[in-house]
Amino acid sequence: METTVVKSNFKSEEYFINMGPQHPATHGVLRLLLTIDGEIIKRVEPDLGYIHRSIEKMCERDSYQQIVHLTDRMDYLSSHINNEAVCLTVENALQLEMPERVKVIRTILSELTRIASHTLWWGVMGMDVGALTTYFYGFRDRELINDIFEETCGARLTMNYNIPGGLMFDIHPNFVKRTKDFITHFKTKLPEYDTLLTGNVIFQKRTKGVGILTKEDAISFGASGPVGRASGYSCDVRKHHPYSAYDRVTFNEALKTEGDTFARYQVRIQEMWESISIIEQLIDNIPEGDVQVATNAVIKLPKGEYYQKVETARGELGVYVISTGTKNPYRVKFRSPGFSNLSLLNHIAVGGKIGDLVASMATLDLVIPDIDR
Amino acid sequence: MSYFSNIYNGIKTLLTGMSVTGKYFLTSRKGAITQQYPDNRDTLKMFERFRGEVVMPHDENNEHQCTGCQKCELACPNGSIEIIWDRGIDETTGKKKKFIDKHIYHLGLCTMCGLCIEACPTDAIVWAPNFENSTYDRTQLTKVLNRPDSKVKAGIED
Repeated sequence: METTVVKSNFKSEEYFINMGPQHPATHGVLRLLLTIDGEIIKRVEPDLGYIHRSIEKMCERDSYQQIVHLTDRMDYLSSHINNEAVCLTVENALQLEMPERVKVIRTILSELTRIASHTLWWGVMGMDVGALTTYFYGFRDRELINDIFEETCGARLTMNYNIPGGLMFDIHPNFVKRTKDFITHFKTKLPEYDTLLTGNVIFQKRTKGVGILTKEDAISFGASGPVGRASGYSCDVRKHHPYSAYDRVTFNEALKTEGDTFARYQVRIQEMWESISIIEQLIDNIPEGDVQVATNAVIKLPKGEYYQKVETARGELGVYVISTGTKNPYRVKFRSPGFSNLSLLNHIAVGGKIGDLVASMATLDLVIPDIDR
Repeated sequence: MSYFSNIYNGIKTLLTGMSVTGKYFLTSRKGAITQQYPDNRDTLKMFERFRGEVVMPHDENNEHQCTGCQKCELACPNGSIEIIWDRGIDETTGKKKKFIDKHIYHLGLCTMCGLCIEACPTDAIVWAPNFENSTYDRTQLTKVLNRPDSKVKAGIED
């Protein structure tokens, strides 16, 4: 009887593995090509294009009123802020001054959108690191914001409530009461988030010191939003280039210097507190007045180039419009925060384990339709 | 020693988290936000502004308010609305007047942006809260909004 000798010299060998496009931890159709050695990540290469709908090209076909509803479908978790970005670009180009009522309502709805986006992120973040309970708790609180939006705008996710020249219609009579109820409710729930997840030892071990991004790298990769702020890069558009009603409210920019996954987590939790404070400052005295400024039925922007940036829940969204004076834009470019934030994934994930990659990717808060457009 | 303190800390934070979940385990009935959807169809009430589908209301005389001005067709970003129109004689004034033959609405193309309803000068089309739109065949999603033999209400001008 022959015996076979198994030769093994434990030589390490790099190999490729596909993560996605239908992986539950990639938040959508993002495909990551991983080069790994054992479980150590050597290289992460994102492969995009699975949900590309050529929104920028479609904008060239549409009138300025019609562009707004396409931006709902980019970053669907902050659709109201995307709508606002396009509307502000058009209004600035036409040099329309918005009534105070419009500015305040837009700001309140933007902050509600931010809270809704962050609660969803918090739930999904917990789920990514293995705590399924957070998913239900996050969605429970987000549901109340969705109700506010459904009552006022008519839709829960793709609102399309802004139009160039103001708002589509006035807020619902129940809006103020419902928002106040939500704020009182959410103030009791947000400390529970900390009790449930932030203080947990397993969660802290998974996130502290993982995926460290220095301030210099954050700036050179073009990181914005909570990702940049967790590395100490002060990049809040609301603070540095105020738009709508952000110049009349006081709030602190959530800043951390550690730059790791846990810091990005803390920045988002802190941002929810700041959003609550912004809403509380505005909700009691919404000025009376019109919600629309009369515009032409066919909006034609003067010839030129226009740029407007806003702070979405993920970072800085820029809208760049080139107009030749016709009713359609010549070119529309969206500078989406997710695209820049995804570009640094390779930088922060190399050297870590696959589990660390999932945790760092969760705090980048990627929304794939925003990246692909 | 740190081994035991780690275990102690782990159990402590676990119990801290479980105090929250335990609280909801005992009191979940009060704060439940889920709805028993297919069973509560009789009592389910959507918000009044809810965008389910576009409809054209008719009154008891089978009259609608659409003058066939085609502003909704122009405002629609997706080509969901098609208006087939014709010219006829207005009975009261005797002048030539535009009227709709068919107001076709492709629900399958609609993105519920609301621009058509915003553009309508006579409030002829409105949102309806019906959201159960699933069919076995997508051709059923193409709807003719004006009823057969319906007329435009007298005195409606855009």
